[in-house]
Amino acid sequence: MTSLLASAEPTSTPVWAQLIDLFVAVCFVLALKGLSGPKTARNGNLLGAFGALVAVVVLFFSTPGMKNVPLILAAILIGLIVAFPIARRVKMTSMPQLVALFNGVGGGAAALVSIIEFLTAGESESKGILAATVFTVIVGSVSFTGSILTFLKLQEAITTRPIVIPGGQYITSLIGIGTLAAGVALVISPTNGLLAVLIVLSALLGILLVLPVGGADVPIIISLLNAFTGLSVAASGYVLGNVLLIVAGTLVGASGTLLTREMAKAMGRPLTNTMFGAFTATAVSAKVGGGEDRPVKSAGPEDVAIMLGYANKVIIVPGYGLAVAQAQHTIRELVDLLTAKGIEVDYAIHPVAGRMPGHMNVLLAEANVPYEQLKEMDEINPEFASTDVVMVVGANDVVNPAAKSDPSAPIYGMPILDVSDAQQVVFLKRSMRPGFAGIENELLFDPKTTLLFGDAKDTLTKVVSAVKNM
Amino acid sequence: MDSGVALLTIFILSIFVGFEVVSKVSTVLHTPLMSGANAIHGIVLVGAILVTGSADNPLTIALGLIAIVLATINLVGGFVVTDRMLEMFKAKKPAKPSSDEEAKK
Repeated sequence: MTSLLASAEPTSTPVWAQLIDLFVAVCFVLALKGLSGPKTARNGNLLGAFGALVAVVVLFFSTPGMKNVPLILAAILIGLIVAFPIARRVKMTSMPQLVALFNGVGGGAAALVSIIEFLTAGESESKGILAATVFTVIVGSVSFTGSILTFLKLQEAITTRPIVIPGGQYITSLIGIGTLAAGVALVISPTNGLLAVLIVLSALLGILLVLPVGGADVPIIISLLNAFTGLSVAASGYVLGNVLLIVAGTLVGASGTLLTREMAKAMGRPLTNTMFGAFTATAVSAKVGGGEDRPVKSAGPEDVAIMLGYANKVIIVPGYGLAVAQAQHTIRELVDLLTAKGIEVDYAIHPVAGRMPGHMNVLLAEANVPYEQLKEMDEINPEFASTDVVMVVGANDVVNPAAKSDPSAPIYGMPILDVSDAQQVVFLKRSMRPGFAGIENELLFDPKTTLLFGDAKDTLTKVVSAVKNM
Repeated sequence: MDSGVALLTIFILSIFVGFEVVSKVSTVLHTPLMSGANAIHGIVLVGAILVTGSADNPLTIALGLIAIVLATINLVGGFVVTDRMLEMFKAKKPAKPSSDEEAKK
């Protein structure tokens, strides 16, 4: 037992530094705790950043005989120069893919740490350490390639639809079994050749796992890969015998798993469906093209202004398209105008509106929309029946009745906003293109639906001036 | 206690702490929480520095430096982008109570 679980060479870290690591671990726990409440979230995040800073600075003073210090400092500086401007300047709409990217490089770093430790100490490691090394390499590499692929999907550098390779599930299973076999072999006979095989297979596995995930399931995958990276960091901590890495990594792994489950639940999809749903949904892509020539009712901005101006109750359903057009300020102007006329206006926020749970709240908060006007799905759904006009701005999948009526749709089972209960529905859309999930929306062809084509910001500006002139 | 067992103990207990701290989070905070947790695992930077600090052949040094760059991006970028998200939430927070108070007065 002792030889199985014994960690790497006992760390020569002085006691005071170990106590500081304990302090940092507490910072991380309190940071996560803080991030779970709206009032404490910002301070929680700052506390986490402070803890990380302390841990890194202390490391340089507590590690006797550290080599390559100038190179290490230069590498940190490069990381800072790359990360800071991107994180500072990224548009709030592109935030999800940035989180995916940051997560991926973290997973890559964890895998590299274990790889280096293996190359240095290799054959002399105990079986327990080797198993932890294998775990870090597999999970870290899966997280790295999977996250990079997710990043590319969200960036729309490659298609956002599920990519289904014929026989994909067999290939993925084979690679998965191969990865495990290589991992077991590496524990039994640790050689650099086997390590290389393991790295390649794990990287491939990450790609194969994420390829068939599409549409609204992507945010859940980001969260899952986030938890994966946490676990691989924890395992790398075990390899190095570093308590702080074990605590921080495990905290993220555990909380990330719980968060992933919460998100999946918010979308009414068991996690297994998210990961494997695309394998069975091949029939859908064939259906997509069909309906494009069917008649729809479209109108001009003035008509929409009249509909809104004479309504008693209006609900706005904002989606990602609103954010892309940067129309959140214009929509607020319109809502302010309507409210001034004595019309009751609310925003209906679907849990996954935008590209991540809570994404839309962030975007609307940026436009200073009062918090109390934002209604969550369960709260607003019963109100659609008594609503005169629902205006859907740049959203599609979250109001698609196929989620309720069509078991073959990839979004089937996802709770939606029941906008079809309202008297009239106005869709502001750029084109007839389907939403992120790539499926047709029957509601667009409904007689009570009016379409207003164009860039959301342009058309909304026109609607605003038309309402002003009424 | 054997050091390996001690580490295992810490690992298991951390799982429970991790579950406990994020239970009952509103949907609104899912994204910042995910992003903040994402930043925290950037602490793998500590591991990257440790292995690079004891590396003495060109291959491991090079790999170590790459790991440091990647981990720094994760750590710094993660915290900065999370702070930006939360900044948005804060912006309306003072506005809301103050307008309420004014209405009361």
